[in-house]
Amino acid sequence: METRIDLEGLRVAVTGGTSGLGLALVRRLAAGGARVAFVARSPETVARIARETGTHGIVGDVSSKGDIYPIALQITGHLGGLDVLINNASSLGPMSLAPLSDTECEDFSQALAVNVIGGFRLTKALFGALAVSARNQGSALVINISSDAAVNAYPGWGAYGVSKAALRHMTAIWAEEARADGVRFLSIDPGDMDTALHARAIPDADPQTLKRPEDAAAEIVGTMHHALSRSRKLPVAVRP
Amino acid sequence: MIVADRPGRGAAKLLSVDATGRVRDAPRAELAFLFNAGDLVVANDAATLPGSLRGTLQRSGEPIEIRLAAWVTTGDPTRFVALALGPGDHRTRTEDRAAPSPLSPGDRLSLGPLTAVVERLLDHPRLIALRLLGSHASVLAGIAHHGRPIQYAHVPEPLALWDIWTRFAAEPVAFEPPSAGFALDWQTIGTWRRRGIAFTTLTHTAGISSTGDAALDLRLPFDEPYCIPEGTAAAVNQIKSKGGRVIAVGTTVVRALESAAGADGEVRDGAGLARGRIGSRTRLRVVDAILTGVHQPGESHFELLEAFADLTTLRELSALAERLGYRSHEFGDSMLIESQADQSRAVFVT
Repeated sequence: METRIDLEGLRVAVTGGTSGLGLALVRRLAAGGARVAFVARSPETVARIARETGTHGIVGDVSSKGDIYPIALQITGHLGGLDVLINNASSLGPMSLAPLSDTECEDFSQALAVNVIGGFRLTKALFGALAVSARNQGSALVINISSDAAVNAYPGWGAYGVSKAALRHMTAIWAEEARADGVRFLSIDPGDMDTALHARAIPDADPQTLKRPEDAAAEIVGTMHHALSRSRKLPVAVRP
Repeated sequence: MIVADRPGRGAAKLLSVDATGRVRDAPRAELAFLFNAGDLVVANDAATLPGSLRGTLQRSGEPIEIRLAAWVTTGDPTRFVALALGPGDHRTRTEDRAAPSPLSPGDRLSLGPLTAVVERLLDHPRLIALRLLGSHASVLAGIAHHGRPIQYAHVPEPLALWDIWTRFAAEPVAFEPPSAGFALDWQTIGTWRRRGIAFTTLTHTAGISSTGDAALDLRLPFDEPYCIPEGTAAAVNQIKSKGGRVIAVGTTVVRALESAAGADGEVRDGAGLARGRIGSRTRLRVVDAILTGVHQPGESHFELLEAFADLTTLRELSALAERLGYRSHEFGDSMLIESQADQSRAVFVT
């Protein structure tokens, strides 16, 4: 017997939704009955994943200022509002990990642009929709995907670690500021996963020692459901 | 009157007139410290579509600008009532823009990545029913990327979407920004909450405020769909029953709340259609005060203000605003007008 979480009608947006954890989240959320919009850069991949999962694909780059409002418009225009935003899109920074003293400024900026500024801009553009959801349903939720590199100083992970630390702290501050508006903020570290991003960072890692993105997605959806069910009416179904 | 020529939420001013006719000139930042515990502020949470689509008439190659003006079915991005404008751009006042070549049903327009078909001519040369070809998703993406906010001749720098969404903008269903909401930010709303003043929203599909044609402008605003959430209607009714005041942020909120009110003043939740005009003969059943931009006699929103105060009072307020250097238009300063207990009372400054 598997405990399945019924997310019927919940409106969720996921950035970086065509690979790794993001794709696993899109599949898991759609299977649970959520109405999902996801964002990624490649038009072909977005179209394919949207077809496969029956979700709404949006082509856009969260690191591009000019893309943020068109993305937000399509999310709320298609879903008719928004209950949960998952800022999952992530950039590693330098192609191969490098000490900070060898890291190009442009690579450092790019990691911040995707992992911090992009999440900040999109959350800000969608905050009104999330606040409406919170007023009408009891609460809304922003999940920012973090990493243990946000708290541990791993040599070579400078650009990524700094950006994730900033994201984690931004999440904590926003959680305090938005509590009274009913919008909750969570920072979740999914653990080391068998993803393309991890393989680029550590090519010789043994995949057997890494978490499957599908398992991490299931944990995150469970956490999301728990967080929302404390203040909104959400069904939980136990299905064979 | 000085025209506000750029967006920005910096130092702005607030001219307020209370129910007894007392007028006050203050920094708009003081808005957070107005009103009383037990009052309710209601704003329009509609985000604004980038409803200006430039392109060409396929059969002639002639440049054309389409301005989306109203929904056929709210939320269906493939069908709109739209205005067609000929060559030129926003640096020319809409009133001075040339009309497009006469359009016919079936005419196709290339609008960036979008193709549109003229479905019907409505009862004015500029007004058409337009269908955008493609799936909802592809049309929404096309509007999101190719569409531009309707620009204003008095704002020289091109406006971006972030300039025309209020801080609390949610679903993109408005055609022009519900601009009274530019006066609010989350800090103000938080201060109100701590002072016992509630804040909530409804959604009203604010339509275009000017068509560039005097005859057509007389018919504005078009009938505009709105939706009042259950919690918002309940909050309004509860506040009223306890003697609190309802402060509407903008004319669209007044139109929605008064339209949704029964004869007993009870506001019904759900979807509705705001029809007709509100003016001097309207007896307001719900709204006690309006926060609005600085409007001049003759402007489309001015007539609605006459439901709150008589014409003499409003003209004196406008003259005072001009003397004090208030800025008009969408990105300008604000006025707060409480429904006048005695509309014959003269305005005086404290």
